[in-house]
Amino acid sequence: MGRHAVQRILMAIPVLLGVVLVGFLLMQVVPTDPALVRAGPTATPDVVEALRRDLGLDRPLYEQFGLYLWRLVQGDLGVSIINNVPVIHELGNTIGPTLELMVASLIWAIPIGIALGTAGAYWRGTVIDRLITGFGVAGGSIPVFFLGLALIWYVGFQLQLLPFTGRGGPLWTIEGLKAIALPALTLGGTFIGPVARMTRTAVLDVLGADHVRTARAKGLGEYRVVTRHALRNALIPVVTLVGLQIGYLLGGAVVTETVFSWPGVGRLAVGSILSADFPMAQGTIIVLSLGFIIINLVVDVLYAALDPRMRTA
Amino acid sequence: MTDALLRIEDLRTVFRSSSGDIAVVDGVTLDVPRGKTLGIVGESGCGKSMLSLSIMRLVPQPGRIAQGRVMLEERDLAALSSAEMRAVRGSEIAMIFQEPMTSLNPVHSIGDQITEAMRAHDPKASDAELQERAIEALRRVRIPSPERRFAEYPHQLSGGMRQRVMIAMALSCKPRLLIADEPTTALDVTVQAQILDLLRELQQETGMSVILITHDLGVVAEMVDEVAVMYAGRVVERGTAKDIFEDPQHPYTIGLLGSIPRIEEDRERLLSIDGSVPPPFAFPKGCRFNPRCPFAIRACTETDPPLRELSPGHRAACIRAPVELAVDIAA
Repeated sequence: MGRHAVQRILMAIPVLLGVVLVGFLLMQVVPTDPALVRAGPTATPDVVEALRRDLGLDRPLYEQFGLYLWRLVQGDLGVSIINNVPVIHELGNTIGPTLELMVASLIWAIPIGIALGTAGAYWRGTVIDRLITGFGVAGGSIPVFFLGLALIWYVGFQLQLLPFTGRGGPLWTIEGLKAIALPALTLGGTFIGPVARMTRTAVLDVLGADHVRTARAKGLGEYRVVTRHALRNALIPVVTLVGLQIGYLLGGAVVTETVFSWPGVGRLAVGSILSADFPMAQGTIIVLSLGFIIINLVVDVLYAALDPRMRTA
Repeated sequence: MTDALLRIEDLRTVFRSSSGDIAVVDGVTLDVPRGKTLGIVGESGCGKSMLSLSIMRLVPQPGRIAQGRVMLEERDLAALSSAEMRAVRGSEIAMIFQEPMTSLNPVHSIGDQITEAMRAHDPKASDAELQERAIEALRRVRIPSPERRFAEYPHQLSGGMRQRVMIAMALSCKPRLLIADEPTTALDVTVQAQILDLLRELQQETGMSVILITHDLGVVAEMVDEVAVMYAGRVVERGTAKDIFEDPQHPYTIGLLGSIPRIEEDRERLLSIDGSVPPPFAFPKGCRFNPRCPFAIRACTETDPPLRELSPGHRAACIRAPVELAVDIAA
């Protein structure tokens, strides 16, 4: 299992390199001149030209990329062309809130999704199942921004129950918890449906298996049959699917952070792209991709932990 | 056959469908003698597995027991509450299945799966005690180094070993009746013989009753004391193994026996029964075997014959019995 993990980590390196390259090339395709942005609208052509040389933008593309990579491995992601702050510094400030938001969303959405999916599979074809399926489809179909705006409008504005802009402080304070409630409800809310649907399919599959019949023949109670013999086995595919889904959730986080002015990497990404802050945008792309890769690594390790057949293989 | 451990009376198991209830077990009356092995024989689809799942009350949805009683001594299993039935499963009646490859849960260790069965019926036992009993159970089914196997997972074992684990698990709570549904069908021939030997030894050791469900008459001849032949959801012949093998009375039984190759006989080709068991929604009128029966007369298409006693303990559901059918068919 240790070897398996090391192998996976090594395989992540070329993936990350690809991401850096694609991100870099994307910035080249954008029809905006970073030097022009940096210099400002009143600058003379001479100044722009000098700045371009200064930023190394006059050099061939491969040289620029090589330089970028060289700095990257030293932990230097350049400085923002808007406000001169080191990119790495800004990323360090925003990654915490993003992780907070992800954890606060998943910590309730995954258990609820799994419970609903299991219930739906167990009572398949009944009213309970249809209600859960309907709820899952509806939840999965609502766009994140819409759910966010609806919650802001109703809970935040009409009822004035919870704040809806920014982070209120550390999570162990009441203000911090209040401020994260709506963003976490939004991001998690869109996640319950997909988790429930995937769990239902997986549990349904296992409930028909021979070993579940054996469990019943042993005289086990239904609760134990469902949790220990159906759900436990169904978790193997569910973990994989949920892991992939968390990757897409990063996209949802970008939207949620923007809607709620949450000071995270997602909002930073949107802001820097809109203001043509190339190094900053590049940095956020790398961080978000790194998140995706790490989640996949965790899934791989969890997979092996859940399935004894993987441990000896 | 008065001393029965289990007595099935007029059992009918149906599946709900859009065109009404379809009976897969239809009016079966059968008793399982105490301390002996009863073989239930028949082709695929004759209802023998459904009969065994009905005894355990494990018929999958949308099936259910529509009528009849399953008397385990004085108690009617068909009328027990779910909780009472759960207490019977595993502890008084245990079951092993055809597919040892898939009948064990791949994600739990063998030891966990055995102790789980014991704990379900003995919640007060300590972990150490259960582990000791589980290892003892593995030793009884002749699994080498049971202490090591205890912590292993099903995928680390061969098919024969897994079936031994299933047997150990089934016997761990000392049941009075073991239902073995095609226990050797999925195994190699040499392993089959070992498992059958083991089952026979364990039966003699414990004095439990065994229901052995199989389509393999070779297995029946070797293993059982009494036989019930099933066709299309019914018992068509019932007797001792000697009755059935030496003096079969139902044309279906005769056909089944004719399809076993025998080393002492010099026959060009084996007898076979034309056609296959009709599906439960298309059972013919009259005797259900009549379209395939070489001895059918008009009366066979009109009345459904009940089991009739031909000699003490030997019954067949055929209006033409007893006739010297065997002579005709061999000719």
